[in-house]
Amino acid sequence: MRQSVLRTRKAGMAILPVTMLVGCINIDAPEQPIVIELNINIRQEVIYRLAEDAASTIEENEDIF
Amino acid sequence: MYNARQTIAKRKGVLAGMVAAVLVTGLAVPSLAQRDPAYEAARSSGQIGEKMDGYLGVVGAETQDLKRLVDDINIKRRAVYAARAQENNATLEEYAISAGCQLILKTVPGEKYQAPDGQWHTRMAEPPVRDPRCG
Repeated sequence: MRQSVLRTRKAGMAILPVTMLVGCINIDAPEQPIVIELNINIRQEVIYRLAEDAASTIEENEDIF
Repeated sequence: MYNARQTIAKRKGVLAGMVAAVLVTGLAVPSLAQRDPAYEAARSSGQIGEKMDGYLGVVGAETQDLKRLVDDINIKRRAVYAARAQENNATLEEYAISAGCQLILKTVPGEKYQAPDGQWHTRMAEPPVRDPRCG
């Protein structure tokens, strides 16, 4: 009987900090809409480096662009 | 004798003319390649649009004809991108996205393009909304 009371107390003490923490965490919904990041690993420098060649490719193949 | 010579000279002239004609038309064909009328119509009516990835997409309800049209051009685009990417030591995806940036910029008012939020936008007189990496 006594042991079970102790066990219950111990369990209660373990849960207490967790419940206190839960009370402190606030998660706000983002104000901006979630944006699809297309291939985030492709960097601006790469796109810039290829820009001139891509422009002439588009001009030379007018029928498919 | 004179007649025979003249005939040969005439024949040479005709042959030279034919060669010239073949050369001229042969050179003129690639630069005259324009959009297929069905492709042009689908673009201007907003049924298809330019995606950020450098390929075409169907904007509204996908019909078999629209899907075929878009697939056909996208396959050709992919082949061109792949060849140019290799030439420039880039990946197919990198090259296609770089082209996509410019293709969206080149849309004319009334045409559709995909904005960074993934939605289809109608091109207006003002510049299109593009991925910040497009520069």
